Amino acid sequence: MKRVTLLRILVILGAIGLLEGLIHAGIVPRFTIIPPSEMASALAAILASGKLKVDIAVTLTNVAVAIVASMAAGVTIGTVLQRAAALRRILDPLFATYYAIPMYAFYPLLIVVFGLGDVPQICIGFLLAVMAVIINTLNGLDRVPRVLLKAARMHRMSALRTALRIRLPYAAPYIFTGFKLAVAYSFIGVIGAEFITSSRGIGYEISFAYNNFDNRLMYGLILFVLALVLTVNMSLHAWEKRLMMRRQR
Amino acid sequence: MSPAGGDAPVHVTLRGITRVYPAQAAQPPVHALGPIDLDLRQGEFFAVVGPSGCGKSTLLDVIAGLAVASAGDASFEGQAIDGSVPDGIGVVFQEDASFPWLTVHDNIAFGLRELGRPADVVQAKVKYALDFMGLADFAQAYPAQLSGGMRQRVCIARTLVLEPRLILLDEPFGALDQQTRLLMGDELLRLWRETGATILLITHALDEATMLADRVGVMSARPGRFLEIVTTGWPRERDSTIVADPRFGGLTSRIWTLLRGESLRALGHTGVRR
Repeated sequence: MKRVTLLRILVILGAIGLLEGLIHAGIVPRFTIIPPSEMASALAAILASGKLKVDIAVTLTNVAVAIVASMAAGVTIGTVLQRAAALRRILDPLFATYYAIPMYAFYPLLIVVFGLGDVPQICIGFLLAVMAVIINTLNGLDRVPRVLLKAARMHRMSALRTALRIRLPYAAPYIFTGFKLAVAYSFIGVIGAEFITSSRGIGYEISFAYNNFDNRLMYGLILFVLALVLTVNMSLHAWEKRLMMRRQR
Repeated sequence: MSPAGGDAPVHVTLRGITRVYPAQAAQPPVHALGPIDLDLRQGEFFAVVGPSGCGKSTLLDVIAGLAVASAGDASFEGQAIDGSVPDGIGVVFQEDASFPWLTVHDNIAFGLRELGRPADVVQAKVKYALDFMGLADFAQAYPAQLSGGMRQRVCIARTLVLEPRLILLDEPFGALDQQTRLLMGDELLRLWRETGATILLITHALDEATMLADRVGVMSARPGRFLEIVTTGWPRERDSTIVADPRFGGLTSRIWTLLRGESLRALGHTGVRR
């Protein structure tokens, strides 16, 4: 194991141990936070009981839909915009200020339009995620060397085939960065929206536990979300590194 | 395989080829090239030398169908070249044009797969090209793992498998060191003999042009025109040891004498900047 990886694990274990110690010593009240060991046992109990199976399935499905939709729409919109310079110039200020827009402010509107089902949550996840994919797709496509496009013309490829076989593969590592962000933003968007108004999902259950002073359930679920997002993003990170290894000298 | 020489049929015809870049904001139009008249004979090895910015690459782009001439006519095998790459022409560029996301094998197979050739045909041709270019041990490597010379070989192999009848090379060895360039020159001569293709090589290295070509077209400073076309008279069977031939020095210095004034003029035009 590399030295830096070892140190990283030590830092995390140290922080968990410190928190555990502070709570057992009574310095941090149990009413505020429960010890990490209890969070883990609470999570194990939640998963074993199966009573939140539906909520977990709903949240994961909605996150997955938001991820897939934002990836597909982001790459398509990015590819089209890269070829439509005038449209891109018009929309440029929107891209620059997009993340200053508080998406959750639109949540009431989305509920009015789509009702109280899963769609408003998915919409918030999608809206947060899609721009990261668009921007990174544009960034990657802008970097395609001219000589590769000349090579495409030499092979007498159509604009569509050039996009599919040259431009997008070249831009893939950049687009992948967009995908990684899309995954994180989709989780944030969907679970965040579940907090506000919904009748099921992990975010709803955390909020419900919070209102009922059920610390074991609340922290168990927070740990679950944390572990889930970290695992997903770390595997994406490892995949990205493998992808980049091929490109680097 | 047709021998290079005055009796071989004409493969490429250029008549009055001129390229003028239209005026940009606050910039007058730039007359980059021409008029150029040239007949390339089937199976000959023709090199073009000229000072920086004389329009050599523009000339290649026009023949390749990658750029349209402002005036004049270009034809390949009797068909007009009109801004799309004609069938039978392969181009090797100065910059690294290998696809970084594909292995060496898949880079070379790229064009054949684009044409929808059956898998066994692709396999056989790629294997031949890998062996021919000395890349067999690197078939599964990615371009980033190879040296500049090896990557240029990948690009040559990718062009070679399409069996072009005319191969255009735009300073393909420009980024390589001197020894690698000499060896790549030998490989290019071998490729030329075995395929019987017509070759047009753009280069800034006078010795490379003299060593490789049957004829060397010497271009003037911008707007580029042919000052003279020097015939080397080398036998078809030749390699880089030809630099020891007593006539080699004479030919190279003849080309340099023609070019020296033009190169100075080009420097004077553009200052020290390139």
